Amino acid sequence: MTEQVQLSGVAETGPAPVLPGSGAGAITRAVRSLAILGHSPTTLVGLGIVVFWAAMALLAPLIAPYPPNALDPAAVAHPTPSALHWFGTDQLGRDILSRILWGARRVLTVAPIAVLSAALAGTFLGLCAGYYRGFIDLVISRIADIMLSFPVIILYMIVLALFGSSVLNIVLVVAITKAPIIARIVRGLTLELREREYVAAAKMRGESALYIMLVEILPNARGPLIVDMCLRMGYTTITIGVLGFLGIGLPPPDPDWGGMVKDTYGMMSVWPHMSLIPCAAISSLVIGFNLLAIGLREASLRE
Amino acid sequence: MARFFLKHLFFLCLTLAVVSLLVFLLTEFTPGDVARKYLGAYATQEQVDLLSKQMGLDRPVLVRYGEFVGKILSGDLGTSTRYRVPVQDILFDRLANTGLLALVAFAFIVPLSMLFGILAGMREGSFLDRSILLVSAVLASVPEFAMGVFLATIFVVTLNWLPGTATLQSGGHWPIALQLVLPVSVIVLFDMGYVVSMVRASMVETMRRPYIRTAVLKGMHFRQVVMGHALRNAMINPVTVILLQINYLVSGVVVVESVFAYPGFGRMMLEASLYKDIALIEAGALVSVFVAVATQIVGDLAYMLLDPRIRS
Repeated sequence: MTEQVQLSGVAETGPAPVLPGSGAGAITRAVRSLAILGHSPTTLVGLGIVVFWAAMALLAPLIAPYPPNALDPAAVAHPTPSALHWFGTDQLGRDILSRILWGARRVLTVAPIAVLSAALAGTFLGLCAGYYRGFIDLVISRIADIMLSFPVIILYMIVLALFGSSVLNIVLVVAITKAPIIARIVRGLTLELREREYVAAAKMRGESALYIMLVEILPNARGPLIVDMCLRMGYTTITIGVLGFLGIGLPPPDPDWGGMVKDTYGMMSVWPHMSLIPCAAISSLVIGFNLLAIGLREASLRE
Repeated sequence: MARFFLKHLFFLCLTLAVVSLLVFLLTEFTPGDVARKYLGAYATQEQVDLLSKQMGLDRPVLVRYGEFVGKILSGDLGTSTRYRVPVQDILFDRLANTGLLALVAFAFIVPLSMLFGILAGMREGSFLDRSILLVSAVLASVPEFAMGVFLATIFVVTLNWLPGTATLQSGGHWPIALQLVLPVSVIVLFDMGYVVSMVRASMVETMRRPYIRTAVLKGMHFRQVVMGHALRNAMINPVTVILLQINYLVSGVVVVESVFAYPGFGRMMLEASLYKDIALIEAGALVSVFVAVATQIVGDLAYMLLDPRIRS
């Protein structure tokens, strides 16, 4: 609920203008940004962690040793890590390694969908608010104010507990609560960019408002937006984990990292591995996203 | 000044009205019957109908919303269907518990995050800066429940120094002060990661200003530049951020309260949501929105007092 402030500085950095439509330039630029990223160990570590989990999520059906919900009655008495179950099993004898891998697949499906929906809606609203200003800006900003003053976790709890938990509901709640925050960032960037000469030139050429917003303004606002989406992926991963832990997240029995902790937390004193492993998994993924965001922000400032 | 307060007071009332209507409508249009939820799955339909009538649930929505607002204004928050006591009996009790947790956590968050934020931001790019930035990014990445599990593994399971739950019952062999240690630590660590990076960002920005360079170039002691010139200006933005943390400390601590079985406001809201305890959800949502808007107003006020350019 306070994360919107994190990016308050970006508006002042002012992204560099981009020449549209130069294919070779785009490649050079991509190579150069990769080279910049390569210089920063923070970025590399973050990228490495995220790529690792993305690979695990993609390959889960191939490399998971057991089906995620398969019970192994023989393991219940001794659920600790063994040759059969590298990470041990949970209290029902389900293989933790397999559940972690399938859980990665689940969180890395739901979080990007939610963040992308929020980004699409938020970017559109922010572009309109910043470009047209006036009444549209007033309405959008007021709604954003109310959304921001409402404690998000309370809203999540009410909506998800009342409407039940499903992937769609989680995506909707994340998109609805995050879109105003993104809209506010995009609005700030747009307010600054709309005064640039190339926007004035486009207006003189008689381009439509939609063209100016999408082709002239949006590409130049991309730097801070990409950093923000990266941060937001981390936050959304936390949110999904927290909802799972509270028992209002993605529906069981399919593995969900937060839900795995909730189911086994009571047995901490006897079998701490059951809770520790999913906790380590979710923490590492979020650390990956946040380090990547720090690295990208530094790279975009240096550019 | 009077204008400022009137404007914000109006906005506060407007937000509360909108939110109360939203929450009321939300709980209204969800599947499942309140009376059914109250009586359980084995009650007959007749019993459900009878209770619906008794609770007045068979009348139009708008009539009941009007009644609901009237009752709130007269101080009657209704009866909790989950705990079967008047809402105010449980609500203020839980709020007081959360308040205790929030107060202790806040007392650590403010000085610690200011200290680390200033230390990191005063020399941008230094080793100290990089380390603090990295550590706070990592701390802000670990979800509260995971932090709770990690700390509990060390201090409860392995070392047995602290209790794993904070039920605020003084009967057991753990005093209440020790019960608070783990919940407070989790909140402080998680929230500090974020606040430190905000304080640092503001400090970095201030240190880039021309008047700081002038002060350094005219040979002023670095310590004096930081304490005398940078500090006050760098603290204007973070004060708002820090005040907004009160919001998180009241409404956002539901996870920490669940981990440590702490009888607080957040857990009450979770239970109320799970049991469709409408009166309690509505009262709780209003309280948390009130806190959110009130902290925003205080934040704006603090900003005005600290920044003379806005005051005039």
